Amino acid sequence: MGRFLLKRLGLASITLFLLTIIVFFGAQVLPGNVGRRILGPFADQAAVDNLNHQLGTDQPLLTQYWNWISDFFRGDLGDSLAYHVPVSTLIGNALEHSLKLAAFAFVLVVPLAIFGGVVAALKRDRPTDRVITLTGLSLTVVPEFVTGIMLILIFGLWLGLFPVSADAPDGSSILTQLKYLFLPALTLVILLFGYIARITRAGTIESLDADYTRTAFLKGLPRRMVIRRHVLRNSLLPTIAVVATQTGYLLGGLVVIETLFNYPGMGRLIFTAATQKDFPLLESAVLIVGIVFLVTTLLADVAYSLLNPRIRYAAAE
Amino acid sequence: MSAVQDPAAPIAIPTQPDQAAIARRERLRFLRRSPTFVIGCVLVGMWVICAIFGNAIAPKNPEFPDVLNKLVAPSADHLFGTDRLGRDVLSRVIVGARAVLVIAPLATLLGTLLGTTIGLVTGYFRGFVDEVIMRIVDAVLAIPIIIIALLAVVALGPSRVTLILVIGLVFTPIIAKTVRAAVLGEARLEYVQAARLRNERAPYVLFGEILPNVMGPVVVEFTVRLGYAIFTVATLSFLGFGADPSIPDWGQDISQHYQFISGGVWWPVLFPALAIATLIVGINLIADAIAQSFER
Amino acid sequence: MTDPAIELKDLEVVYRVRGTDRSVLRGVSLSIQPGESFGLVGESGCGKTTAAFAIMRYLPRNGRVMDGSITVNGQDLLAMGGAEVRRLRATTLSMVYQDPAAALNPSIRIGPQVAEAYELMGVDRGAASERAREILAKVQISDPPRVMRRYPHQLSGGMQQRVVIAMALAKDPTLLILDEPTTGLDATVEAEVLDLVQALRQEFGTSVLFISHNLAVIAKMCERVGVLYAGRVVEEGPADQVFQDPRHPYTVGLLRCIPRGGVRKDEMALDTIPGFLPRLGAEIPGCVFEPRCGLAEEICGTEEPPLYPLGNGRASRCYFHERAHLLPRNAPAQIATARQGNGSPLLKIDNAAKTFRQDGQDVRALVDVSLDIKPGEVLGLVGESGSGKTTFARVLLGLTAPDPGSELELEGKPLAPKVEKRPEEQIRALQVVFQNPDGALNRRFSVRRILGRALTKLRGLRGTARDERTRELASAVRFDESLLAVRPAQLSGGLKQRVAIARAFAGDPRVVLCDEPTSALDVSVQAAILNLLAELQVGEGVTYLFISHDLGVVRYISDRIAVLYLGRVMELGDAETVFGPPHHPYTEALLSAVPTLEGTERARIRLEGEIPSASDPPSGCVFHTRCPRKWGAICEQEEPPLKEVEPGHFMRCHIPLEELRRLQETPPPASAYSKTTS
Repeated sequence: MGRFLLKRLGLASITLFLLTIIVFFGAQVLPGNVGRRILGPFADQAAVDNLNHQLGTDQPLLTQYWNWISDFFRGDLGDSLAYHVPVSTLIGNALEHSLKLAAFAFVLVVPLAIFGGVVAALKRDRPTDRVITLTGLSLTVVPEFVTGIMLILIFGLWLGLFPVSADAPDGSSILTQLKYLFLPALTLVILLFGYIARITRAGTIESLDADYTRTAFLKGLPRRMVIRRHVLRNSLLPTIAVVATQTGYLLGGLVVIETLFNYPGMGRLIFTAATQKDFPLLESAVLIVGIVFLVTTLLADVAYSLLNPRIRYAAAE
Repeated sequence: MSAVQDPAAPIAIPTQPDQAAIARRERLRFLRRSPTFVIGCVLVGMWVICAIFGNAIAPKNPEFPDVLNKLVAPSADHLFGTDRLGRDVLSRVIVGARAVLVIAPLATLLGTLLGTTIGLVTGYFRGFVDEVIMRIVDAVLAIPIIIIALLAVVALGPSRVTLILVIGLVFTPIIAKTVRAAVLGEARLEYVQAARLRNERAPYVLFGEILPNVMGPVVVEFTVRLGYAIFTVATLSFLGFGADPSIPDWGQDISQHYQFISGGVWWPVLFPALAIATLIVGINLIADAIAQSFER
Repeated sequence: MTDPAIELKDLEVVYRVRGTDRSVLRGVSLSIQPGESFGLVGESGCGKTTAAFAIMRYLPRNGRVMDGSITVNGQDLLAMGGAEVRRLRATTLSMVYQDPAAALNPSIRIGPQVAEAYELMGVDRGAASERAREILAKVQISDPPRVMRRYPHQLSGGMQQRVVIAMALAKDPTLLILDEPTTGLDATVEAEVLDLVQALRQEFGTSVLFISHNLAVIAKMCERVGVLYAGRVVEEGPADQVFQDPRHPYTVGLLRCIPRGGVRKDEMALDTIPGFLPRLGAEIPGCVFEPRCGLAEEICGTEEPPLYPLGNGRASRCYFHERAHLLPRNAPAQIATARQGNGSPLLKIDNAAKTFRQDGQDVRALVDVSLDIKPGEVLGLVGESGSGKTTFARVLLGLTAPDPGSELELEGKPLAPKVEKRPEEQIRALQVVFQNPDGALNRRFSVRRILGRALTKLRGLRGTARDERTRELASAVRFDESLLAVRPAQLSGGLKQRVAIARAFAGDPRVVLCDEPTSALDVSVQAAILNLLAELQVGEGVTYLFISHDLGVVRYISDRIAVLYLGRVMELGDAETVFGPPHHPYTEALLSAVPTLEGTERARIRLEGEIPSASDPPSGCVFHTRCPRKWGAICEQEEPPLKEVEPGHFMRCHIPLEELRRLQETPPPASAYSKTTS
């Protein structure tokens, strides 16, 4: 078991290292002359040189990378060019907001989508299945800003049920905060429902078709018991593991949703940094998002192997 | 060698009709009869026609600002109303199809070509190169696509070529992963070893022997990714990183008008939004039907 | 007279495929008396498994019973509602099928999984667990409490099948259906499971429906037998009589296809059955076997023969059942045989070894294998799973690089470890026929392209020369020219294997490795392929390395035989030397594990436990943990070398040859049979 954990951890660190390179490449190599990209083609050459010196982007690439990465892991993310405050403060604040929104959406979507997926699998190829599968598929593939706008039009403008801005006034009660968060969370739910339901359905069908399910039926077990004890037991675990890895998908959706609903989370922060060409902020924020993704995947992976006897024992022996 | 003739030997009689041809025919028949596929084709076909012949179909000049009629609600004259500059929303929706339908397919094609090649090579050779490439793939996949695309577009400045390259490159690892999984299954089959045992070079084994057998997943992956490419292009232009701000573009039109929603102006936002939704749903209905036809 | 335990009357089952109903069972009637063991035998696609699932009322979603009846203990099964069927499955009917690994739920421990059957009867949890322990002990699992805490994947295949059998017997069923329960298990493990079923059947007094494609297994296990062909029982009767004196041409033909009784290729070619099984759901107005029958007359094609009772419980569905044994041979009995070649070895293998690294452990798949293969001979390679026979083939072919120090030589020239590094002549000289022709032929290419490409690469042929040679190759393997344009999916298994064989011969090879070339085929097809291989070997003067787990097949085709166990050659010698005593103790056990159609069972030797893991082989002689003839401490301490015990006969055993000869004249000690867990 220890060896298995170590191996996973080792792989994750390699991935993390490559991730930093990719982010570094995107933010400090790809733009060519960073100062010029920020200040534009008509800026004074001296000003450009000055900015490059200030950012350290006039140094050799290896030095640049080392400075950035060592500072990053020491907790010094530099200062934002646009806000003139430490990047870490901005990110800390935004991360908290994003996690709140994401958690709310997850609590809504996971039970709903798993239920939908299991029902679709049990009614395979019948109208119920087609309706769930196709609705889920259609909702999942539409961009968040499109669904978000539809929701704003329907619930905000025409029905007037929910506020169209997500950020509740300071000091609001939890209930009020949730009310403000409802539309953006619902957008995420719509984005994720079809995907999770689809995975659940596939896993459940595989389990339904397995020989051991036949064994259970031929033992004379009632259908409900077969489903509960034999089918779902084998199909839900992998589903949950896959779901956990989908946080990355969700984080991507946040960029648009937070911008649309004017919610001060990571997504909007990244968007603002991008529009303002605030490279120090952008690069740290993107790396943080990647790290959050890697950590959740790692946790999901480890939890899955702890719960799955086959992997657990294969690793132990 | 000499053929020893033996009159009593079993005569080969084809008892099964041409299974491959039947499978192909059945697949086509299944697709033609599948409502999802037909609806998807109608939706996508409609937008493809708009993308090609947009300027001829559009009732008005999509660029013409009718300053006297800004933000006019839908009426007989302007079926979808006008936008903040007084331009005809219907015409802009029709012509706007071109903005996504040029970039997205090219980007998907690029991603599919690269991804399939990488998937073939890594799945066949395994070993160190495979490990390295798969780690890179994992690292790229750790960042949401839209964020990578955003980073790259900011770094390079938005343009058509940038968008095609960025989206194509971002899709490459995803497609590579799918193709690699399929190749791993094929590489275990003995026909691959049989090829090695007659002195075939690796490129022939990969592209001549294995590729034809993994075309199913590749085709499905292409259609699914095409949907996501449109998703990404539309999202980027909504965020203000469209390829060309001067031409009608659904995402951009939405982003320029959603601030008017609270004032009750919904038409310049709703219609482009519906356009994006129908196009993407259409493509995914096609993808779903094709995937099902291969599974059967 | 009591009611039969189960009775099928004129059972018609169809599958709905692409909108049309296709008959799978065409009026199957059979009955099994209480306590009787009935065997249903037939080739793949004849409807055996469908009959089993029909009895369990568990047909696939597109399957339907069209007509007929199934009666269990006098109750009409087909008239029952869902709850009644469930009760019947919980109390009266049980089924065990192939692949026990898949039949057990991977995420539930063995204990609760077995106990579930008792809980269903209303036994409370503690008592159910206690009774699960008892039933596991009954299937001869030595440490039930320990096994009950394990997950299925932690048990070996044989152990898994015992657990499945325990679950099936938990309810003390009236009828136990066993559908190919030992197919896929190793011979020594199969023997144990079959013995167990025999013992339990007597103890529980259960009626058994035993389904198998293996006639010898049926002969061993069953009192009565029904021969199924194309969804119809064509002959039935007491097992020994049916197999000794078959009265239906299909049974006659089938029995002639099997290499048995020590028959060898130079004595007689196997007979074959011409043509193919009728397509699923084909309209057959007359006798189902008529298109392939050498005795058929006009009436056979137009009118279905009735089931003629022949007395003594026997019946045959043939107009000419009285002269069924006169069925003319389909293949000529004589084949030219080559003199086994002499002179310098064609292929020389010295110290071949292969160690795989798996999860931080060394798995020694092949250890110190040294063999000479002479030109023109057939060397048979026998072994159970894990014996290293496939690794050996892959090493020779250059698909897997052997450990350093292994020396391979072809015609006196060293063979590079990797096929990519070998010169063209060597690649051409060493070709292979794989077990599974489905995987071995690229399914996207036509047969012409498959053969043509091989000719281009191995012989440099192009254009018309290639086309001509392709046709010659096809005709050499009796492959109809008109089929060159089709893809493999359109061909039957036997035809596909002919294509694979033709490809192996495209470059005029010196040595052809046959890796279980007939294991995926039905016996009637197997016979034709074996005949073809034997004939090509003589005609082309090639050498075969013939790998198989089927002793009958290996004995039939081989001149010399090597027996492998845990990556080591245990015994090597002329085929008849190896098959006749004195044997290496492992060979002896292997031979006694295989059921024979003659029913003359050899002295029964059952091996203890399972095949050890190659990652942790036993000390000393690797066979000592299971050896029924273990000699003493030396067996545990020192690995015996492979030594020449008499001219041309090699053995890896501490026991002197004369001692083995003496021991093997008498039955082995009865105490040799004991139970161990994995």
